[in-house]
Amino acid sequence: MEKRELICISCPMGCPLSVELEDGVVTRVTGNTCKRGEVYGTKEVTNPTRIVTSTVEVEGGTVSRVSVKTREDIPKDKMCIWANVRSYRSRLLLACFSMASLIFFMYLV
Amino acid sequence: MREYDIVIIGGGPAGLAAAIAARDKGIDRILILERDRALGGILNQCIHNGFGLHTFKEELTGPEYAMRYIRQVQERRIEYLLETMVMDISPDKLVTAMNRTEGLFQIRGGAIVLAMGCRERSRGALNIPGYRPAGVFSAGTAQRLVNMEGFMPGREVVILGSGDIGLIMARRMTLEGARVKVVAELMPYSGGLKRNIVQCLNDYDIPLKLSHTVVEVKGKKRVEGVVLARVDEGLKPIPGTEEEYSCDTLLLSVGLIPENELSSSMGVEMNPVTSGPKVNESLETNLEGVFACGNVLHVHDLVDFVSQEAEAAGRNAAKYVLEAAEGEKGRSGSAGRDRSREILLCPEGGVRYTVPVTIDPHRMEEEQIVRFRVGAEYRNCFVGVYFDDERVQHRRRPVMAPGEMEEIKLEKAKLLLHQDLKKITIKIEEA
Repeated sequence: MEKRELICISCPMGCPLSVELEDGVVTRVTGNTCKRGEVYGTKEVTNPTRIVTSTVEVEGGTVSRVSVKTREDIPKDKMCIWANVRSYRSRLLLACFSMASLIFFMYLV
Repeated sequence: MREYDIVIIGGGPAGLAAAIAARDKGIDRILILERDRALGGILNQCIHNGFGLHTFKEELTGPEYAMRYIRQVQERRIEYLLETMVMDISPDKLVTAMNRTEGLFQIRGGAIVLAMGCRERSRGALNIPGYRPAGVFSAGTAQRLVNMEGFMPGREVVILGSGDIGLIMARRMTLEGARVKVVAELMPYSGGLKRNIVQCLNDYDIPLKLSHTVVEVKGKKRVEGVVLARVDEGLKPIPGTEEEYSCDTLLLSVGLIPENELSSSMGVEMNPVTSGPKVNESLETNLEGVFACGNVLHVHDLVDFVSQEAEAAGRNAAKYVLEAAEGEKGRSGSAGRDRSREILLCPEGGVRYTVPVTIDPHRMEEEQIVRFRVGAEYRNCFVGVYFDDERVQHRRRPVMAPGEMEEIKLEKAKLLLHQDLKKITIKIEEA
């Protein structure tokens, strides 16, 4: 039986979790104060993922960059790859972009 | 002379929430004055997620959270001026402002809501010796440059300060291709959220050196390196522990200071512990009809609480305007305000400050939130609330840290039962 200690990152509380595994399968999660903690604990030791936020360049708009985030969480080991790929993928031609539209999100993944 | 019932200084999350709350209480003429080119305040550069969990039950990015409020302001047709800087506010609420289209102009406010936010502590304030090479930035400046202006401040980075801004920028710089070599933190604990240690440092194998500080910046025209040293319990660098790290950029995340020049110059009484105004239960300063909320009042960790606090300020500013309109003047001359009824809130034993500092039970809402911070890390302790000498609350808190704002709630009904209550004490207790 393997036991791993980690901090839950699902919300700003940061509850300390204890995750027990048996042959790579999660048998128990303790220390969480809500359901999301249990989900995170299980995922983190088997298939860790993250939502990645970044910015892309804007052409033809009134601001030079717009913030973006992945539509859903992606495998942790792909994070930096995603951050690099998106800067080559597309220069968005966004005319008439006002600052208020920094909230406009391209869901790239 | 233009007149507005409520003039709000700052169009960030605090100003926006206050405006919406005041409008929803029936105030027509509200004006938000914002110095940047858009509403949203600091949220516009906070492109990471984690905002809004309490308010919207969703994890939003800064711009997304800001937009929820900007939309509400626009739907209600609340007026605002952008790229407009307030230069001065007189004690009788005459606002002097300027922008490129109108030049210098003045506006009379029935009530003022101070929502200017805060600024970052700089290298000068830290007295880090060395030449003044290019490449030393506050973390927030670097965040603005990267996320909004589209510039990389540098490629090989050392960060001083493990508050959330420093941690967030460690990740951001890494995702943009820079190498963040180390984050140094003066204290023996990090000031940021534990989740940020995980998702900003651990995820990228960036080392965190607690009880360390920068003792020298090397380089004449451009940063070439920094020297870190371990510090003792008195936070003084220990000779012989120096280590040099080569880098071209030093980011400083060493403290936020509420931006209260306008407040001080108009005679608002300040709390030296928070560097923000002293306020009563209505979030009103010593100046009648002048309210404060958000980071200008005290630096927050979660924007959700900024919004909550600002909504209360907005409601109270509205109440003030409506009462003044109905000619209801209080016993002591100020609209409804009677200083003899004010109960003093006393922070003790681990509690550094409270917001508010006084409560008039006759003017408070049914439930009053009192926010505070502790001065050290506390485990398995209790928050004790005393009405004079009688303990009325004893709440267990498994963990409390300086970097995490806390709150207790007081009920109006309970306070009114205590006649001649002079003092409410809030303290941390072992058992």
